[in-house]
Amino acid sequence: MTTHWLYQPWPWYVVGPLVGLMPATLLLLGNKLFGVSGNLRHLCAAVLPARPAFLRYNWWQEGSWNLMLALGIVAGGFVGGYWLANPAPVALAPAALADLRALGLHDFTGLVPRELFAGSQLLSWRGLGLIVGGGFLVGFGTAYAGGCTSGHGIMGVADLQKPSFLALAAFFVGGILGTYVVLPWLLG
Amino acid sequence: MSSFVSSSTLPPAVSAAPARPRLGALVVYFVVGLVFGVLITKGELISWFRIQEMFRFRGFHMYGIFLTALPTAILTVQGLKRSQARTLGRAPISIPPKQMGRGVRYGVGGVCFGLGWALTGACPGPLFALLGSGVPTIGVAIGAALVGTWTYAWLRPRLPH
Repeated sequence: MTTHWLYQPWPWYVVGPLVGLMPATLLLLGNKLFGVSGNLRHLCAAVLPARPAFLRYNWWQEGSWNLMLALGIVAGGFVGGYWLANPAPVALAPAALADLRALGLHDFTGLVPRELFAGSQLLSWRGLGLIVGGGFLVGFGTAYAGGCTSGHGIMGVADLQKPSFLALAAFFVGGILGTYVVLPWLLG
Repeated sequence: MSSFVSSSTLPPAVSAAPARPRLGALVVYFVVGLVFGVLITKGELISWFRIQEMFRFRGFHMYGIFLTALPTAILTVQGLKRSQARTLGRAPISIPPKQMGRGVRYGVGGVCFGLGWALTGACPGPLFALLGSGVPTIGVAIGAALVGTWTYAWLRPRLPH
């Protein structure tokens, strides 16, 4: 069975260079610094009533372009992950599949494992740890580090900024700890 | 420029205020986000499985993305800087340097984020894309991320940076 290429996953050598054009595109369009995690801050500044100094600024003036970018990403996720969803299981390397099977996963279709991200999982400790705990760490960590994979990993590195190289290395240290220590503990 | 300002003071909360946002410009940023969202979704950068494969060093896919995206980003951004290019609206392009300080924020904050990245399988961009792809529990993860950012905002004066 052949699937139209739009529905298949796109290869890294097509997606990688195009993603790499994002920082220059935003600089050319309006001298904007590519990044996504700032939106968490803008949303906090926009929504929350009690605001410490970090959240007291004109979020619309500063962040409206960034929030529109995030809204576009939501729409892009719909186009790429719902409308053009890949019907086949993810084509992981066999060793990776073996690792994840050993963790107790069986369903490799979709973008996230249904076994861990189904709504009912929120009623279990492992689901709470993964979804709520993980989400909290993403929000806390990116605010603390002043950027995420986009802002530090792509934009900061593109500008050859030393703090971004340090942040990117720390992302991987945390990721490896999470993968080999926290995840097996949560799923054990 | 790879230079950075060494300083023990906190960086300014927000960079210099830009001009008032205009509707046309906002539509353009939406479209850029749309393209980026499709790319990271179809390229499986937002796949929990692919992130696990990456952190376990079991497959090349994610590294192939990095190894093509980063040189492209470095060459294009450095090209813009060296040629002193201007925006399409003829405004100067300037990238403020990040302040290293003691570097604690990048190390400790980075490790915290990395832990969250491994668990949710998503950084902020992918969180938004996964929401659009129709994973309802990701909305809960985004809510938790907002609480995380808000917690940092409260703790900020007491945290080492």
